[in-house]
Order: sequence, then structure tokens, then C-alpha cells
Amino acid sequence: MPKKTIRTIPQNRAPMPVQDPAERVENFAEVALGFGLEDALIECARCLDCPAPACVDGCPVGIDIPAFIMKIIDKDYHGAYEILSEANLLPAICGRVCPQEDQCEGVCPVGDTLEPVAIGRLERWVGDEAIEKGWSNVPYVEPNGFKIGIIGSGPAGMACAADMAKAGCDVTIYEALHEPGGVLRYGIPEFRLPNDVVDAEIANILKLGVKIECNTLVGRLFTIEQMRNEMGFDAVFIGTGAGYPKFMGIPGESLNGVLSANELLTRCNLMNAGKFPNYDTPLDLGRRVSVIGSGNTAMDAMRVSLRLGAEKVYCVYRRTRDESPARLEELHHAEEEGIEFHWLTAPVEILDDGEGNVRAMRCLRMELGEPDDSGRRRPIPIEGSEYEFETDMVVYAIGTNANPILGQTSNIKLNKWGYIETDENLASSLAGVFAGGDIVTGAATVILAMGAGRKAARSMKAYLGIRDTAAVYLSERSGSEGTLFGIPAAERNFARIRLA
Amino acid sequence: MARKSGKPKAKTEEQPESPEPGHEARGTPGFEIVAREDFSDVTFLLEVRHPAMAKAARPGQFVIVITHEHGERIPLTIADFDRDRGTVTLVIQAVGKTTKEMQQICRVGTALHGVVGPMGLPSHIGDAKKVICVGGGLGVAPVYPQARAFKEGGAYVIGVVGFRNKDLVFWEDKFRACCDELIICSDDGSVGIKGLVTKGIEAAIDKHPDIDEVVAIGPPVMMKACAEATRPHDIKTMVSLNPIMVDGTGMCGGCRVKVGGKVMFACVDGPDFDGHDVDFDDLMNRLRRFVSEEKRAMEKWQENCKRLNQEPYTPDTVAERGGSGSAAAGTGRPS
Ligand SMILES: Cc1cc2nc3c(=O)[nH]c(=O)nc-3n(C[C@H](O)[C@H](O)[C@H](O)COP(=O)(O)OP(=O)(O)OC[C@H]3O[C@@H](n4cnc5c(N)ncnc54)[C@H](O)[C@@H]3O)c2cc1C
Ligand SMILES: Cc1cc2nc3c(=O)[nH]c(=O)nc-3n(C[C@H](O)[C@H](O)[C@H](O)COP(=O)(O)OP(=O)(O)OC[C@H]3O[C@@H](n4cnc5c(N)ncnc54)[C@H](O)[C@@H]3O)c2cc1C
Ligand code: SF4
Ligand code: FES
Repeated sequence: MPKKTIRTIPQNRAPMPVQDPAERVENFAEVALGFGLEDALIECARCLDCPAPACVDGCPVGIDIPAFIMKIIDKDYHGAYEILSEANLLPAICGRVCPQEDQCEGVCPVGDTLEPVAIGRLERWVGDEAIEKGWSNVPYVEPNGFKIGIIGSGPAGMACAADMAKAGCDVTIYEALHEPGGVLRYGIPEFRLPNDVVDAEIANILKLGVKIECNTLVGRLFTIEQMRNEMGFDAVFIGTGAGYPKFMGIPGESLNGVLSANELLTRCNLMNAGKFPNYDTPLDLGRRVSVIGSGNTAMDAMRVSLRLGAEKVYCVYRRTRDESPARLEELHHAEEEGIEFHWLTAPVEILDDGEGNVRAMRCLRMELGEPDDSGRRRPIPIEGSEYEFETDMVVYAIGTNANPILGQTSNIKLNKWGYIETDENLASSLAGVFAGGDIVTGAATVILAMGAGRKAARSMKAYLGIRDTAAVYLSERSGSEGTLFGIPAAERNFARIRLA
Repeated sequence: MARKSGKPKAKTEEQPESPEPGHEARGTPGFEIVAREDFSDVTFLLEVRHPAMAKAARPGQFVIVITHEHGERIPLTIADFDRDRGTVTLVIQAVGKTTKEMQQICRVGTALHGVVGPMGLPSHIGDAKKVICVGGGLGVAPVYPQARAFKEGGAYVIGVVGFRNKDLVFWEDKFRACCDELIICSDDGSVGIKGLVTKGIEAAIDKHPDIDEVVAIGPPVMMKACAEATRPHDIKTMVSLNPIMVDGTGMCGGCRVKVGGKVMFACVDGPDFDGHDVDFDDLMNRLRRFVSEEKRAMEKWQENCKRLNQEPYTPDTVAERGGSGSAAAGTGRPS
């Protein structure tokens, strides 16, 4: 095959089929319908198979992207899944929710002249294919007798659990809510990440022998110290996320109709408030909903409100669209769906209707000044620009703080913002206790949380003296038969197969 | 196994111990109800098997309960815990859809879909020498573990409990066992003093000028009145707030309350706060948040009951269905 060049590859991305905006605001079905095989093959043909692929470095977990793309071209879809799932335990999820434009796709050289290869969509296609075909990456595992406790069933906890289970440990995840998945379950809505997909990925983790105990609030039912000293856990991983919503402290915040995006999303996604009264959890959705903030959480809160029947949904953000931290695709979709964006606007007061409910919001217009520490231009209030607009629900999506429960109930060292302090190997101040994900970094992304879970697993293995078999887990790009030293990839952890 | 504390026999269902149900993620049998007792046509007790929670629970903490898969998460105070039996006790007032439905369907041998906790900070049982523990309405049971803890800590405990009338009185024996004095108040004077619990507090303060602390649990209006009653005497008054909650883990902020001008999340920073600092009007307004939805849920549920030909709940229906003694009857459990 002649070497592909930027001129010979398909110039345009394979279009992603999506539900029509007018239709989709009426339902919770997935917005982006996903590639068909043909679309996937077109998109794969756009990859240059770079000798020093930038995308792999751009990926927080170092997926061998060109290798899985070449497998798709070779029609070895299972092989593509094997490569993907070596590095990423949740491909169908990450393919949907990663901010690819800032990661792999952001550095792909095809993007210098054309649109970059749609790596995320290909990842999703492979992930979905695996779910449909029932593939999973379950190696032969020989138990090693170590007992591992994981706190929190978000992406960080699940990743750490899977790696430790593959190493032969007896792993139990404790989750405070009654359903596992963390933000993937209670935060990110159905139309962006269907529950079926989350369930399927969790099922793969259960197949590794991981146990998940829901309804267990660690810190209160038992402490981290008890897990280590009384319950027999050889090592513990903390992946409790950062969900402790922030408010602004402006007047009117305790009125009925003011709530956090976490509350709105939890009521809707975890508790099915949209189906009230067939489900018992209510939601006092307003007619005109204002969401403060412009990240992924804000987008989700706005689009959920639309689907639940709000007539008008406003986004109130003190910077501009360029500074919006949301995934580009979500921003596009929100715009298409008719969200009204009020950029350069900061709320100063929420006004009462006289009966303790929200009637309106008073805002201030802003302009952009000099760049601040984060390099973004700082919004500055415009003198005398205050104005009022009517709204009956105000949703805060301005970020989260660290959850205080583990700190309250343990001697673990926290940093000054209340996040768990770790060294570069994610070891905390307590021996044998590791931490990662949002509870260490503050609110970040699914893939970073997952990466942290895996990194902590590596440190845990080193701590416990378990030989890390990462070397044989790595896919072998050159050996096309999928073998390593003549042993099939399906038995890739042969290092632990003992000869009788 | 014999129960430690003596228990009234009336309308009590009990069941021998069975293996721990476990609380794994899916396909769980849930959390088994091992005993139920009906105090009146609105108040009932459920004893739930959960050995780990019985071990961890401390006075002042609560659980979040989900009755069934479609249910909501509601907070309920741990009114008692028995470490030997491995159970926690909840005392519930049937006020709305979820609690009335629980009254209807929670039988011995059935299981709750979810029970998580113990949540919240345990009450601070300091070294107070003389305390008044006040419980009104749905606060009577929740104040009991605190009264007991104060007693165990060596304090002189004065209990003040309020009921609408004589027929609604429960746990008098339990309170007598841990209180040095017990004052019962009733709205109609059919038992104890006629009047609100604040009258009981005043009587106690008159008699004992050296009260160190008051603990008051009940509806917000009552706690507000108690805080006002003690403010002139400058007696520290702890109250246990009951805002609407969802997760109970600090994740949603729905339970936020105003205390001393600051916003607190009752589920992680509370539920106990200094009553003299609490903005009760704010709390009462926030409790009205779902009035129309609550009404709709209630109507829909009553319609359903009618369609399914279920007679509305009365304590007698429990008895008729074999409530006392025989555990399996009326529970839908294969026996
Ligand atoms: C609405 C929303 C949308 C988002 N959209 C995106 C997106 O599109 N793309 C993206 O990359 N990222 C997105 N994020 C961010 C991403 O979801 C998080 O960064 C990621 O989930 C963090 O993972 P985690 O494992 O650290 O924690 P979490 O996912 O928060 O999971 C923590 C889990 O631990 C449990 N827990 C907490 N305390 C305890 C305890 N004491 N005992 C037991 N269990 C406990 C919690 O209940 C929770 O289930 C979004 C976040 C939100 C809120
Ligand atoms: C920390 C805490 C501990 C609690 N302990 C107990 C207890 O031990 N026993 C008990 O019977 N109840 C207790 N409650 C109150 C209990 O949670 C509510 O009564 C229950 O949620 C009502 O649900 P429902 O669907 O039956 O009624 P709904 O129809 O939802 O409400 C009926 C009425 O109850 C009020 N209400 C609704 N939610 C609450 C709430 N969370 N707290 C107080 N009132 C509410 C409403 O204002 C309404 O007037 C506690 C609440 C909290 C926050
Ligand atoms: S950087 Fe782009 S073109 Fe190069 S290997 Fe990665 S996806 Fe293919
Ligand atoms: S109940 Fe959700 S934060 Fe307290």
C-alpha cells in the first residue's frame, strides 16, 4: 500500500449521525447515534499511521491509537478492542465523554490542515462493538491472597479495582450511593452516556471478580483506619470524587428554586425524577431555568432541564464562549437545542417572589480585561450595568469542593483545600492507602480519574510486592498474529500461569 | 436470642435471627426488617438488620432509606441500635406518600431496598451535668439515644416528651429507664401537663436553675420555640435539623441550612446545630419546596391503593394480617 499523505486521505470527517435537535429535546435518547462500520472505515482511512504518533502522547492513558485504528482497517475489530482495553478499561464511556479536542485529537497533525482524525468516535465505535458482541478483556487470574479495598465506584475506583483484580487480588469496591458508577451514573445524563453503556462497562469489572458493595458510606460505617487494621485490607484506594457543590454566597440563594447542578442531575439521572410520580423523587423544575456556569456540568443541567420541559433555558457565564470549559461537542449541541447563552454576565442577587420562591435574577455585565494566572482574560464588571431578568429556577454549576467526610473521620493528610495529599505515586500519608481522581486533583475528567486509578494500582502493586506484568500486557504492534513469544494474546498474562 | 431491652408485646412482630443479608450491589436481598411495632395509627417502628451499622451508629446519626426500586431516598434518625442483635431501629411518622407506603408495605421478613448510614456527625455528648432532652412529634424517638448517652455519661437527665394525646404515647418505659425525671406534655391534657413541650421545659428550668444543656428534636416550629424558651436563660440548646435531603453524603447541597449566617450542609456538618444560631424560618420555607409534588404523589398513591383494592392502613389491618407473632403472614414471603 502506498504511504498515505495528507493529500490522499479522505479530506472530510465521516459525519456523525445525530438526532435532530427539534426532536431530541423531547427525549432522553442518545444525541450522537454513533458511527456505522462504513463511517468508521472512512475515518480510519484518514489516519496517517505516524511513525511517532503525537496522539498517543496526547492521550492521558497512552492508548496505542494508530495500532487500534490499523486493526480496524485490517477488519480485526476484536484485535482493536484488545489494544484499546489494554490501556482504557472504559472505551465506550471515554469515547463519548473525553475532551478529545484537548487531548489526542488536539495534537493529531491531520488537524493542522484538515479536521483531525475523529479518534474519540472511533474509540466509541470499538467500545460499542465490544458491548454488542459481548467481548471483554478477562485474563486468566491466579489469586494471590491480597485483599484490596476501594472507596468510591467512579472511574478512578473502577480502574484501580480492575487492575488489582487482574493482578490476582481480592477486590471490594464500597460505594455510598445505591448504584455504582459515580458521576457516570448520577451526573452525566442518559442522552450523552446511556446507563446501558455504564452498566456494560461495570459488568466487565464484575467479571474480573471485583465485588461492589453499594449503600456503604466509608468514614461513617467504618473508617479507612478500620479497613486497614480490622477488616484485613492489605491496601486501600480512595476515589471518592470531588462532589461537594459550591454556591456563590449572593443574596437569595436559599430560596426555593435555587439548587446545585448535582442535585438537579442526581434527582433526574439517579432517581428518575423525570418519571415522577411513577418514581417517588420529585423535581420542582421551573419554566425558565437559569444555569450559572458553562462547563460540562452546566451543559448537562441545561439540556436535562430542556428535556424535562422547561420553556426557556439560559446559560449565565461571566466569561465568553472561548473560555467555556465544556467539551466542544456539548457546547455545539446545547446551542443547536436552543439554549440562550448570556456570556459576560455575572449574577449578583436572586430575587424573591414574596413567597420564598425565585422570581428573577439580578446580573451584572462584564468585559474581559488582562489575562489572569490561568492565562484566561479576567472578567471585569462594567459599572452601572446591572439588570434584572425573570427566571424561576437558578442552578449552580460553578464547580465543587472536596467532600469532607473522609477527612472528618480519619487522620489522613489533606491539603489546604481539603483534597487528599499524595506523593507523585499517589500514596497518601497513611501507609498502604492510595488516592486518585477528583479527590486528589479537584474536579477534572473521566480519563484523568481513570489514569490516576491505574497509576495508584501500579504503586499498590509495588507496595505489596506484586510483580507488575505491564510489559506482557502491552499489545504487540509488530506481531500481526497477536502473539507474544508464540503465546496467544488471549493468554497474555501467562507470566502467572504456573506449570503444574 | 433474647432481646435486651424489655419491649411492649402489643402488635409486635418478631422473627428469629437469620444470616446477615449483606448489602452488595445488585440482586441484593436488601435490608431485612426483623421487627415492627405500631405505636399508633401514624407512628410505627421498624427494626432492620444491619450488623455493621449497629456497630458504628452513635446518637444523633441518621440513615437514608429507599423503600423499593422506584422509591425516593428519605432520611430517618437512628432511634436505637442493638449491637448484640446487629440491628438498628427506626421510628417513623406516616406523613406523606413514602412514609405512608412504608407503613403499608414494610412487614417483618420483607426488606428495604436500600439503607445507608450512619450519616451525619454524632451528637456531641459533652460533660454536661444536667440536661433536658426534649422530643416532640417525630422527634420523640430520635432524642432517646441522646438521653441514654447522657445518662451513661453520668448526667442528670430530664426528659420532656410531647404528644397530641394519651393514645399516641410510646416508649414511656424506655425514657423512664434513662431519665431521672420525665415530663410528658399533651395538647389536650389527657396525659401529663396540658400544653406544648415548651411548658415542660419552663417547668424543668424553674425547678433546676443549674441546667447545662437542652437538646430539642421535633418539627422546626417546636425546635424554634424551644430555642426561644431557653435563650433568655442562656442555656446551650442543641437542635437536630431535618431539611429535605437526597444523597446524605454532601454531594447535592439540597440539605443546606443557615446557621449563624453561614450556609451548612445538614447531612455532613450536622444534623445537630446550636439552636440559638439556626435560621428556622429559612428551614421552614425550604421544607415547603415540594408541597405540590408531595400532594400529587399522595393522590396518585391513594388512587393506586383504591384500584388495587388495598384497604387504607389502620393498625388493625396489620394485626388481622397476622401481625402479632407470626412473622411470615401478610408479608408476601413464602413460608
Ligand atoms: C455533570 C458532570 C458532567 C461531566 N462531564 C464530563 C465529560 O463530559 N467528560 C469528562 O471527561 N469528564 C466529565 N465530568 C467530570 C468527571 O465525571 C469526573 O472528573 C470523574 O467522574 C471523576 O471520577 P472519580 O472516580 O474521581 O470520582 P466520581 O466519579 O465523583 O466518583 C466518586 C464516587 O465515590 C463515592 N463516594 C464518595 N464518598 C464516599 C465515601 N465516603 N464512601 C463510599 N463512597 C463514596 C461517590 O458516591 C461516587 O460514586 C463531568 C462531571 C459532572 C459532575
Ligand atoms: C436528619 C433527618 C432525620 C429524620 N428523622 C426522622 C425520623 O426519625 N422519623 C420520621 O418520621 N421522620 C424523620 N425525618 C423526616 C422524614 O425524612 C420525612 O418525614 C420524610 O422524608 C417524609 O416523606 P414522605 O414522602 O412520607 O412525605 P412527603 O409527602 O414528602 O412530606 C410530607 C410532609 O413532610 C414534610 N417533609 C418532607 N420532607 C421532609 C423532611 N426531610 N424532613 C421533615 N419533614 C419533611 C413536608 O414538609 C410535608 O409537609 C427526618 C428528616 C431528617 C432530615
Ligand atoms: S496523530 Fe492522527 S494521524 Fe497520526 S497516528 Fe494519531 S490519529 Fe493517526
Ligand atoms: S443531602 Fe445532599 S448534600 Fe446533604
